[in-house]
Amino acid sequence: MIAYLTKRILMLIPLLFGITLITFAVIHLAPGEPVDMQTAMNPKVSAEARQKMREFYGLDKPLHVQYVTWLGRMARLDFGRSFAPDNRPVTDKIVERIPITLSLNVIALILEFGLAIPIGILAAVRRETLLDKGITVFVFLGFAMPTFWLALLLMYLFGVKLGWLPISGLHSLGSDQLGPIAWFWDLAKHLVLPVGIATFGSLAGLSRYMRSTMLEVIRQDYITTARAKGLSERVVIYKHALRNALLPVITLLGFSLPGLIGGSVIFETIFAIPGMGQLFYQGVMMRDYPLVMGILVIGAFLTLIGNLLADICYSMADPRIRHGRA
Amino acid sequence: MKRRVTTFLIFTLSLLLLASCDSNGNKEHGTARGADKPAYGDTLVEGTIGEPSNLIPILATDSASFDVAGFIYNGLVKYDKNLNLTGDLAESWDVSADGLSITFHLRRGVKWHDGAEFTSRDVLYTYRVTIDPKTPTAYAESFKQVKKVEAPDAYTFRATYDKPFAPALESWGSAVLPAHLLEGKDITKSPLSRKPVGTGPYRFGQWVAGQKVVLESNHDYFEGRPYIERYVYRIIPDTSTMYMELKSGGLDLMPLTPVQFARQTDSAKFTARFRKYRYPSSTYVYLGYNLRHPLFKDRRVRQALTAAINKEEIIQGVLLGMGQIAHGPYKPGTWAYKPQVKDFAYDPSRARQLLAEAGWKKRNSTGTLVKDGRPFQFTILTNQGNAERLKAAQIIQQRLRDVGIEVKIRVVEWASFLSQFIDTGNFEAVILGWTITPDPDLFDVWHSSKTGPRELNFVGFRNAEVDTLIEQGRTTFDRNRRQQCYYRIQDILAWEQPYTFLYVPDALPVVSARFHGIEPAPAGISYNFIHWYVPKAEQVYKETAKP
Repeated sequence: MIAYLTKRILMLIPLLFGITLITFAVIHLAPGEPVDMQTAMNPKVSAEARQKMREFYGLDKPLHVQYVTWLGRMARLDFGRSFAPDNRPVTDKIVERIPITLSLNVIALILEFGLAIPIGILAAVRRETLLDKGITVFVFLGFAMPTFWLALLLMYLFGVKLGWLPISGLHSLGSDQLGPIAWFWDLAKHLVLPVGIATFGSLAGLSRYMRSTMLEVIRQDYITTARAKGLSERVVIYKHALRNALLPVITLLGFSLPGLIGGSVIFETIFAIPGMGQLFYQGVMMRDYPLVMGILVIGAFLTLIGNLLADICYSMADPRIRHGRA
Repeated sequence: MKRRVTTFLIFTLSLLLLASCDSNGNKEHGTARGADKPAYGDTLVEGTIGEPSNLIPILATDSASFDVAGFIYNGLVKYDKNLNLTGDLAESWDVSADGLSITFHLRRGVKWHDGAEFTSRDVLYTYRVTIDPKTPTAYAESFKQVKKVEAPDAYTFRATYDKPFAPALESWGSAVLPAHLLEGKDITKSPLSRKPVGTGPYRFGQWVAGQKVVLESNHDYFEGRPYIERYVYRIIPDTSTMYMELKSGGLDLMPLTPVQFARQTDSAKFTARFRKYRYPSSTYVYLGYNLRHPLFKDRRVRQALTAAINKEEIIQGVLLGMGQIAHGPYKPGTWAYKPQVKDFAYDPSRARQLLAEAGWKKRNSTGTLVKDGRPFQFTILTNQGNAERLKAAQIIQQRLRDVGIEVKIRVVEWASFLSQFIDTGNFEAVILGWTITPDPDLFDVWHSSKTGPRELNFVGFRNAEVDTLIEQGRTTFDRNRRQQCYYRIQDILAWEQPYTFLYVPDALPVVSARFHGIEPAPAGISYNFIHWYVPKAEQVYKETAKP
C-alpha cells in the first residue's frame, strides 16, 4: 500500500510540471498582451511608455526565460504579482475570493445532494407513476432553463415586484453595523436566489443517476429476499437498497471536490458575487498571466489530489487495485 | 459620477439646451418634496460594472479607478461646469509672455487626509515619479515635454517647456500625490493603491474586493464640506442586475441605456422616484477607412460612402434618437466645434454619381458595382461586446447595398482585433469610437507622424495642411488662433472623409429624486457633486457612524 502511494505521489510531480508547461504555452498563444489590453487605443500612451511597461512585467524577455522565472517562483510557492494595474500578489487576490466561492459551492453541493438523492429514490420507487414523470419534468426543466434568464426573472419577481429578497451582492449596505444574528440573516437572504437557482439547475444529473442506480439495486435478488422475509418496505428501501445504491454516488461526490473552488462566471456576474469565476474571467480578458497561471495550477493540483483520493478509496475497497493486478 | 479632472476621458462641452430641457430636469422646483433645505448626511450609492484596479491614478488605466480617484485627489487645475480650465489646488497660474513657462500659485492651508500640509513638494514629487523610468505609468508623455520644473517656495511651482505646448495646462490637472507618504518608496508596492490619501472632497473609507468602495466626506475640504456624507461605489458587473437594483432602491445613480431611457423609465412610479438626465457624452463613433487600401484611396469613393449612409437613421435605430450626428472629431457646442461644416449629407443619387466619377459604373448580375472586373465589396470590422456598433454596421450594410456596394460585417474579440487587423494594417474598414478630450489637440490621431505601427493614426491619414494646423494649434495658448486652426481642420476632414463620422451618443444618467442641487451643465451633472444634498426629511441612510 505504501509503495503504491509513494508511486502515485511521485507521479504527480511530472504531471503537474507538464500541466504548467502546456497551460503557460497556451495562454501566451492567445493574441494580445497585458500591456495591450491596458493601453491600446489610448492617445495618452506613447510607444515608449508601452515598452517600459513591458519591461516592468518582464514581457520583453524570451518566452522560455519567462517560464523558467515563473517556475522558479512557483517552486518557492510564490505565485508572483498580478499583471493588472494593481500589481498585487496573486495569492492575495485568490485568498480574498476563495472563501466566498468555497462556501457558496459547499452550500450548493449539500443542497444538491440533499435534494437529488431523495428525489432520485422517490422516482425509482414510484417509477412510471405520475410522480416519477412529474419529477422528471421538474429536474429537466431546471437543467434546460438558462440560469441567467431564470435568475433575472426571479430577481424581478422577488426583488423588484415583491421586495422579499435582495437582488445582488452578499451584504446590504450598513450590514457591518448589525448584530451577528441580523448579519447572518442578511447574508442568508442574499444567498437564497443564487444558491437556489444553482441547485435547481444541477438537480437533473444527480437525481437521474440516483434513480437509475436505485432501480438497478431494487431488481437484485437480495432485495427480493429482504421483502420475502417480511421486512417493511421502508426498511427494504432505506436500509438495504439505499446503502448499496449510494456507493457510486459517493464516488461522484469525490469527483466534485476540485469543482468547489471554481466559480461560474455567468452566475457571479449576474448576482454580483465576487468569486473565483469572475476573477479568472477578468484575468483571462486582461491577459493577466500570473493570475491565470495561479488559478490553473491550484485547480490542476486539486484535480490531481481528488483523483488520488478517489484511487485510494477504490484501492481500499478493491484489493485487486491495491495489489497491482487490476 | 465622472468627476474626472485627470488626464483622461474627460467631459467636453455640450448643448446646455439639450441638457436642461429634458422632461425631468426642471421638475424639482415644482414639486413639494418637504423642506427643500440643504442638509448634511445620507449616502449616495452608484452602480458600476467594473471594479477599480488601483487608486494611485498614474498606475491605473481603467475608468473605474479614475471615477473613484476623482473624489479623493485634486489636480492643480480642473474643468469647471462650462469646461473651462479653472484652479483646483492651484489658486491661479500665469503663462509667461513667450508661452514657455507656466507658474502655478498653490492654495495655502490645504491638508492631506492624514493631516499633513499640501505644498509644492507634492507637485514636484508627482512630476518626478511620473517621468521616472521605473514607474510603469501610461501617462508620462505630456510631462516629458517639460524641460525644467522648479519650486521657488512652498506655494509656487513652475514648469518650463522647450516650445509653447497648449495641452500642457490640462496635463497639470492630473492627480497630485502625497510626497510625504510616497517619496523614497516603491510606488508600485505602496499600500496607497488600496488605501489612498488625497486632498479631495472624499476620504477613503473601505474597499471590499469585488463588492464596493466606500468613501467618507472630508469635512475639512478646502471648497467646503460636501453635503452627502458617504459615497458608495458598488460593483455590479451585469447591467440588467444593476437596473433591477436601481428599481428596488439598492442604487441611487447609474447610466441608462437608450432603451431603458426611452421605453422603460416613463411610468409615473419611476419618475416619482428618479430623475433622468440627458446630455451629449464625450465620445464619437466613426466608420474608418484604411486609406492605404486601393478601394479607399480615391477621395470620391469615401465621399460617396458618406453620402450613401443615413446617419440620422443610425441614431434612430441604434440609439433611439439619443444622440447627434457627428461631422468631425469634436463635440457639438464646444469651442473647437465648427457648426457649419460642409459634410456630405445623406443623398444616394449623389453617392451614385460620385462612384460613377470614380469609375464604378457597371453592375454585375447581383447588382454590385464593378470596376476592372472586380466587384465593390469590403468588410467592416468591429469589436466584440459592443452591440451598438454592430447594429450601426448592419444599417450601413443595408444602405450601401442600395448604391451597389456589398459589405460584410465581422465581429472580432478585442485582442485579436488589435493584433491581427489594426496593428498589421490588414483591414478595410472599422467601426470604432474615440473619446473627445476637452483640449482639442488632434496630434495623436490625425498627425502624419502617428501613422507608424501601433500608433493611433492607423487609417494612415496624411495631409500636409492638417499637420501644419495641428502643430500651430498646440503651440499657442490663444484660443482664437487655436479655434481657427481646428475650424480649418474640420473643413478638410469633411472634404477628405478619412472617416465617416457617425454620431455622438448622449450620456443618460439617472439619479434618485431625493438628491437635490443637481444642475446639468456642459460638463455633465457631477461637476458640483459636493453641493448635492438630501433634505433631512428625505434622508434614507441615517446612520453616519464612522467605522
